[in-house]
Amino acid sequence: MSQQDQAVDIEKVDKYTGDGFVAPEYNNTTVTQKISNIVLRADTPWGWYLAVAVLLPVVGMLGISITWLVLIGTGVWGLNVPVGWGFAIINFVWWIGIGHAGTLISAILHLMRQDWRNSINRFAEAMTIFAVMCAVMFPLLHVGRPWLAYWLLPLPNTMSLWPQWRSPLVWDVFAVSTYFTVSLIFWYMGMIPDLGTLRDRAKHPVVARIYGIFAMGWRGASSHWARYEKAYLILAGLSTPLVLSVHSIVSLDFAVSLIPGWHTTVFPPYFVAGAIYAGFAMVLTLTIPVRHWFGLQGLITTRHLENMGKVTLATGFIVVYGYAMEAFISWYSASPYEGFMMWNRMTGQYAPVYWALIFCNAVSIQILWWKRARRSPLVLFIVSLIVGVGMWLERFVIVVTSLANDYMPSSWDYYAGTIWDWSLYIGTIGFFLFMMCLFIRFLPMIPMSEMKMIIPKHRNKKDA
Amino acid sequence: MNQTSERHITEAGAMNARKNGAPEYWRSLDQLAETEEFQSFMEKEFPQHVEEVKANPVSRRKFLKLMGASIALAGATASACTRQPSEKIIPYVLPPEEIVPGKPLYYASAYVHDGVANGILVESHMGRPTKVEGNPEHPASLGSTDVFAQASVLTMYDPDRSQSVIRRGRITTYDAYLNELNEALSNQVEKQGGGIRVLTGTVTSPSLHGQLETLLARYPGARWHQYDPVTLDNAREGSRLAFGEIVSTRCDVDKADVILSLDGDFLTTGPGAVRYARDFAARRDGNDPDNMNRLYVIESTPSLTGAQADHLLNRRAGEIEGLARSIAAGLGVSVSGGVEGDEDTQRWVSAVVDDLRAHAGACLVVTGDHQPPAVHALVHAMNDALGNTGNTVTYSESIEAAPVNQTESITTLVNDMGSGEVDLLVVIGANPVYSTPADLAFAAALDNVAMRVHAGLYHDETAELCHWHLPMAHDLEAWSDARSYDGTLTVVQPLIAPLYRGRSAHEIVAALTGNAMKKGYDIVREHWQAQGYHGSQDFETFWQTTVHDGFIAGSALPSKAASAGDIAAAVGEASGPEAGTELIFRADPTVWDGHYANNGWLQELPKPLTKLTWDNAALMGPAMANRLGVENTDVVELAYRDRRVNAPVWILPGHPDETVTVHLGYGRRRAGQLGTNAGFDAYSIRSSTGPDFGGGLQVTPTGETFDIYSTQDHHAMELEGMGSMSRDRNLIRVSDIETFKDDPHVIQEMWEEPDPERNLYPDEHAYDGPNAWGMVIDLNKCNGCNTCTIACQSENNISVVGKEEVANAREMHWIRIDRYYRGDLDAPETFHQPVPCMQCENAPCELVCPVGATVHSKEGLNDMVYNRCVGTRYCSNNCPYKVRRFNFYLYADFETPSLQLGRNPDVTVRSRGVMEKCTYCVQRINVARIEAKKEDRDIADGEILTACQQACPSQAITFGNTKDADSKVSRLKASPLNYGMLTDLLTKPRTTYLGRIRNPNPVLEA
Repeated sequence: MSQQDQAVDIEKVDKYTGDGFVAPEYNNTTVTQKISNIVLRADTPWGWYLAVAVLLPVVGMLGISITWLVLIGTGVWGLNVPVGWGFAIINFVWWIGIGHAGTLISAILHLMRQDWRNSINRFAEAMTIFAVMCAVMFPLLHVGRPWLAYWLLPLPNTMSLWPQWRSPLVWDVFAVSTYFTVSLIFWYMGMIPDLGTLRDRAKHPVVARIYGIFAMGWRGASSHWARYEKAYLILAGLSTPLVLSVHSIVSLDFAVSLIPGWHTTVFPPYFVAGAIYAGFAMVLTLTIPVRHWFGLQGLITTRHLENMGKVTLATGFIVVYGYAMEAFISWYSASPYEGFMMWNRMTGQYAPVYWALIFCNAVSIQILWWKRARRSPLVLFIVSLIVGVGMWLERFVIVVTSLANDYMPSSWDYYAGTIWDWSLYIGTIGFFLFMMCLFIRFLPMIPMSEMKMIIPKHRNKKDA
Repeated sequence: MNQTSERHITEAGAMNARKNGAPEYWRSLDQLAETEEFQSFMEKEFPQHVEEVKANPVSRRKFLKLMGASIALAGATASACTRQPSEKIIPYVLPPEEIVPGKPLYYASAYVHDGVANGILVESHMGRPTKVEGNPEHPASLGSTDVFAQASVLTMYDPDRSQSVIRRGRITTYDAYLNELNEALSNQVEKQGGGIRVLTGTVTSPSLHGQLETLLARYPGARWHQYDPVTLDNAREGSRLAFGEIVSTRCDVDKADVILSLDGDFLTTGPGAVRYARDFAARRDGNDPDNMNRLYVIESTPSLTGAQADHLLNRRAGEIEGLARSIAAGLGVSVSGGVEGDEDTQRWVSAVVDDLRAHAGACLVVTGDHQPPAVHALVHAMNDALGNTGNTVTYSESIEAAPVNQTESITTLVNDMGSGEVDLLVVIGANPVYSTPADLAFAAALDNVAMRVHAGLYHDETAELCHWHLPMAHDLEAWSDARSYDGTLTVVQPLIAPLYRGRSAHEIVAALTGNAMKKGYDIVREHWQAQGYHGSQDFETFWQTTVHDGFIAGSALPSKAASAGDIAAAVGEASGPEAGTELIFRADPTVWDGHYANNGWLQELPKPLTKLTWDNAALMGPAMANRLGVENTDVVELAYRDRRVNAPVWILPGHPDETVTVHLGYGRRRAGQLGTNAGFDAYSIRSSTGPDFGGGLQVTPTGETFDIYSTQDHHAMELEGMGSMSRDRNLIRVSDIETFKDDPHVIQEMWEEPDPERNLYPDEHAYDGPNAWGMVIDLNKCNGCNTCTIACQSENNISVVGKEEVANAREMHWIRIDRYYRGDLDAPETFHQPVPCMQCENAPCELVCPVGATVHSKEGLNDMVYNRCVGTRYCSNNCPYKVRRFNFYLYADFETPSLQLGRNPDVTVRSRGVMEKCTYCVQRINVARIEAKKEDRDIADGEILTACQQACPSQAITFGNTKDADSKVSRLKASPLNYGMLTDLLTKPRTTYLGRIRNPNPVLEA
């Protein structure tokens, strides 16, 4: 760690395990120094280079997977009839879900004046942007003729062809594109004051110039702040319904169909809860190592982790409720199709996946009832990884087991991903992490301006 | 052939040859081309052998390129350029001015399978045959066909067919062949032709027979042998036992009230099966229960006929003779050796005997071609004793031109070859090196023959060992004639000039009698004239009429009085089943004896019952598999009479215990790109002394597995689970005649479904036009023969995807036959259900397509708009019937020119990434609509036949206008047997089914 003009006592901050949301050593100046230094420092840590070196080939693998897919056809995946959707849709739902935590943290918690979210919101929003980028790749690529995927858009044309508005896939296009646009604007707008700070603190003129362009002339004038605050509030208001609507609409892809296991009214809330669940798990997965590597324990404190642990536990329970309801309704409906579907999930060809999902999403989080576990970064990290896997398995169970054994026993079959399914999936994870690396290195991962709002005023007095 | 490139090749070769010390002065490129250097350059540069090309895993495209180069080479070396001989090959039934581009014409012809003809009509688009239909007037067809006739058009266009005359592996000309042949023949003059042998399959063709007679007259020492691997020798010998001569048996199945089949699959195999299936189905009308026949079957390998049985007994093939003897004895035939059997069997046998006796004169006993002669003789005697002869069974002179015991015939040939008596062997259309029983060692004996000539569609295993290979013309490319199962004389009329200058059997035999230049057309025509088939008519008029009709009406062979008399002595004592595990050889249901091994449609057609594709297997019952500790796809070694072969196991419920069935026709070494090395070669353990079945089989698990794929239950064989699950959903509905008479709505009451009228939502579709299409499939009539599947594939340009893609569950058939079992694993009941698109009125697929690529037509069809489809596959996911098919890759072959010719131009060839499915043959609907509009009338009932409906031998499929209350389809939909699948989902399917009504014997049912 470079120590140049650092006034913070690193030793103390790194070991901060207190109950505050900001370590007492931080004031306005030191927060700015700490965060902007990560970006503006001249010597990039070797660990960063190592990460990029590991991730770049994975991104290359993504490129190869996409090229091969477009060149040869969807047949390179494990899909068949009856299982027309596989990894692509599972991954789409998974990534979109992960994105949700970012929006929830930045919008809903903002509206609810949960100021503790200030230190993690930038990070979570960036995660949202990258996760949605990964997510949209899948529906685009999974169609048989990806070069014609734009036909899902309502583009005026001489043949008067129009999307078929009753199809949930068309709703998806609007839900996801709106979501991405709003998230991107929200993220960028929230970053403008910090970009101004970076512009001012950058030593290299070119760097200053680049940040300057993106800072859009931010001067920190109170008129700027007034408009900023208002715009931020409006965007938070806009984003809030999106948190609920996007995954609800994604869930309608399934709920609107008549396949047993898909045709379920519980899906919209169940998917939203699952999304937040998976998203918080991903925030934990990413912040725990990052705060460790960059010494951010004083800004993303144990208290933050504990709060996120609580949210994870709570949303986890909503998800478990969803599982229980699925099972209950399949029995209560007295529909032979639904009853068989559930029985098949629990005992059929994919039973191990179902029980692994129950372990990951219902059993593993029970440890978070203990405060010590919630305050232990290691335990949280492990649980968050398990939940991430579990949520992927949940989508696998929903998508695959329902299709593989639906109405016609004669058409029942088995589905498994091929090497190309996996390479594309792992490729997007690589892409996501690669983008996170770029983000950490080139943009302030914790909002300096917002941190200053939660630093007690008295700490800045002596500097004033 | 591109002349520029040809010249380029020759010039390059010339330059090269000059460099290497060719004559300094050369007159012409031709002279230079004769030099050795040039020849070797050519050989290096352009491999001539198909073999060499095949050995490398080259692409089809490269293969064709090389084949093209070979043809160029043939032109370059032999003669500078050959002019296509011009001949008029199609006598226009309609004058040429009626050829309208885009409007197909139909020509009558015949499809000849193992020598026996079935009348067909061939659809021709601008001179290209594209689709085979049955000839509605032909007595063997009545408008239907079998799978082989439907698939024959693909064989004709097969790019792997042999395309040139080959002499010892090198391409040469037919003239060169004639030179060598004439030399060989002139050497035979002295020996009276004693060294000449001709081998053909079964011949029913009078004109070919006439030619062969001429040959034998000219060379009295010459011999003509016939051999088909799936031989009817047992029937021939059985007839000899019963009547003292070989006669043909013909059944009037529709006149029989009670039918007993002793291991005979008369509904789907053997001469006349198409007609028999139709006649049988005519008496299986659930709406006319009083007129229903009753079918008893005792069978070894489960067959489709067995699946139709009201009472089925599965026994080892060797045990059937004993049962036949006891039934015969019960019917008053003086014969001994009956087997008592256990109590159930006795009860069964006596019930059958009583039932047959009660219907004497209106019942029928049949058997299978693989049952020994004694059983055939017993069947004749039983029919005699029951007074069926002349009523349900008639006999005639054999339909074969010269019936012989073919096993003896081929054995004699092999012996003659072995002893060096044969100097010239001409094999026409047969592949004996592959398909003769292994103990004959045909290939080894063949080595002793000085000149061996093979004429065939493919450069196959026999061609490889022959000095000469001559490409043959396909039946759709050549003139010929043949008799059908009842002897009806049928014309084989070509639809197109031979694609690869192949010659017909007639022309090849003509060359042996010194008439090499004579055309098949003239040979057939002159023979007919000479035979006086025209009677008192003017020959030309008669000929034109006959060619137009495709057959001579009333030319069925006259029935002949034949009485089996006392056969006790003839059939002797019962030998009883051979000891040890039994092995049964059967022709494969799709590739037959190997003849169709390179036909992709047939290879990919799920075999009835097993639903296997692209492979054969050692079929055994669940109990035996259990004992051996093997599962599906485990490889076992089959050791039979000192020969061994490894085969993957497939468990077939209902297969008799301690018995293994293997299908012939696989394990081809030289079949073409598709057929080579598919499956295992069952001929390699077949013996001429027991070519059908025998005991003493050793089955040893090897511990290895070999992946073979079924299109149903891809990864599960849990019969109980599957069975009960399907019953839970009542997809198949079966009742019996008594219950049905008590409660006519029993079928419809099997499933509670909401009243479609009590719906909150208004009906989306008004159907206010004159037409709304619907289909009814009668499960009483369907016997699962698969003809609809192939007919649909041919009509709708459906791609073949290959074994790997079938393994991935991506087969493309638009109409599939679902198979369900009920009851005991060892003796289940089997049901078939053809499933095309249901054309739902509330179609789940339409709702979810984001781009509107599947939309509802005003006439009730779910139309697929291929060029709008982006391929989300949501429609397929949401289809409860799973009838949609997706082009995961570019399955359609857009490159092979010959395959392009064979496609139906009225149907889009689907590209990659596009969903497809059954359209109710919308192209046929449109043709009818245009015709009706031109004449300002409504489309008549029955005017539109879907491809599946038209081909169906059982007439199980009815299509028509549901808005017309008098249409046949509306009347069937009004039947109490009518039900839809999964109607509780409110999909309102337009394809519905008629529930199956069994007609069990009350005595046995109790």
